[in-house]
Amino acid sequence: MKILVCITHVPDTTSKIQFTANNTKFDPTGVQFIIGPYDDYALARAVELRDQTGGTLTALNVGEAETEPTLRKALAIGADDAIRVNSFPKDSFFVAKQIAQVAKEGSYDLILMGRESIDFNGGMVHGMVGELLGMPSFSPVMKLELEGTTVKMAREIEGGKEQLEAQLPLIAGCQEPIAEWKIPNMRGIMSARTKPLVVVEPTSQETQAEASSFQLPPAKGSVKLVDKDQVSELVRLLKNEAKVL
Amino acid sequence: MSILVYVEQAAGKIKKTSLEAVSYAFALAQKTGEGSVVAIALGTIDSQELASVGEAGAAKVLHASDERLNAGVIQAHATAVAQAFQAVGANTLILAKSSLGDAVAARLAIKLDAGLVSNVVELPRLEGGFVVKRSIYTGKAFADTTITTSKKILAIKKNAVDQKIDGAKAQVEEFAVTISATDFASKITATERATGEVLLPEADIVVSGGRGMKGPENWGMIEELAHTLGAATGCSKPVSDIGWRPHHEHVGQTGVKVAPTLYIAVGISGAIQHLAGVNSSKCIVVINKDPEAPFFKAADYGIVGDAFEVVPQLTAALKAAQ
Repeated sequence: MKILVCITHVPDTTSKIQFTANNTKFDPTGVQFIIGPYDDYALARAVELRDQTGGTLTALNVGEAETEPTLRKALAIGADDAIRVNSFPKDSFFVAKQIAQVAKEGSYDLILMGRESIDFNGGMVHGMVGELLGMPSFSPVMKLELEGTTVKMAREIEGGKEQLEAQLPLIAGCQEPIAEWKIPNMRGIMSARTKPLVVVEPTSQETQAEASSFQLPPAKGSVKLVDKDQVSELVRLLKNEAKVL
Repeated sequence: MSILVYVEQAAGKIKKTSLEAVSYAFALAQKTGEGSVVAIALGTIDSQELASVGEAGAAKVLHASDERLNAGVIQAHATAVAQAFQAVGANTLILAKSSLGDAVAARLAIKLDAGLVSNVVELPRLEGGFVVKRSIYTGKAFADTTITTSKKILAIKKNAVDQKIDGAKAQVEEFAVTISATDFASKITATERATGEVLLPEADIVVSGGRGMKGPENWGMIEELAHTLGAATGCSKPVSDIGWRPHHEHVGQTGVKVAPTLYIAVGISGAIQHLAGVNSSKCIVVINKDPEAPFFKAADYGIVGDAFEVVPQLTAALKAAQ
């Protein structure tokens, strides 16, 4: 059983988002980068499945050299080796092409990643990789169990979930509660330093939809407080002022 | 050139978010001044319901009535929509962002060699290329994105345009699709869906509770307030983590992102991860006994007070005003 887990290198969820170079670049000043929270769930489940099947687990990131500490963290959490495709992740299509190329060469049985990255929130890469490889793709997957080559999954839908059965190989975009996040222990951190991390160059430069400029939402005005004993005043404001009732 | 819209159904009814997508396509056709809007609907839906898609702006609805498409089998839906796209000679596909829509759109981007942008919040700008504004960093920012391919797919966020309701009935045409057994190879063995309630991701009004509600036994007042407003109920991450409420009600950065007209937060402090899930709401009301709760900074209206007193009063005041 060969498992590939794709991780993103993204700003911590508490980050204040700012742009620079005349609003054409993300400003990383003061920002802490992490493994994407959804990818962290995928990684945690991948480690469990690797341990269950006695297979191998490779972590993959498409990013420039600055993402290596994030990949090392994936190794510390339990991946056996790592691959970095050495390029800025230009758009979903570009990233999907790189992942598909790595996946083809490695003949993985199961490819997991987060349901979406928390920077661009596209949630499209898993489906694109699936179509590029001719494999089924599922997202957002909140449960994934292996029984031989059968994969039993739960996928979240609006207001509920559906239970699914499919055959390996397949691709899943994951979210909670598929597994508990794993925190690397000291042994993991020590061994991560010596685990193999291979850098490969992108095989295609094709893009389809690159972001060209950024904007922040307009600043919110200050809150209008209503006295707790004047609740009907709130109803009046919602009706007549905000016009939302 | 036509614009194709992939419309989703739930139990034979076209989803409201899909009608918004049709309205978006109509507005886009008006803006470019070319082509008409064709919708593709899959599975068992009656012809009256299909014709009503015209009210949102579709001239024609293609209907692939194969009942195997009633379930949201991702690959089969992608194949069916691709065949419709080719058949009508469309250059643009519009769909509402959803659990199934996202999964299908991603596969179609590759099948059709079409540039795909998700979380689209307004109509594209057409000067100097096809430039789409989309929400990024979980609503904390926006990006202008230029699609460079001739074929395009846009996955539309809720409330990107107002729903059109004054169109004529659409012409409904049966559309034959050829879908291989491989596309149906994955099986949906069961579907669990909350019934009789407003679905959270599609709701116009959302009432959410947090840890300030003190326990799941106190959710009755949240539900009653929601019921009075015709709203969906949501909750904060800690509440779904401890199991007071089901996961599909978790609103926030790693849960459901909502974009209602009115969001009412009760007993939620307003951690940045929760705000990320609600910052597309048009109007936010916060009820919290702590005047220092950070949520007040993101709110339009607030009441500093005990939820157990304020919420029943609010429900009563709303009933009195109806």
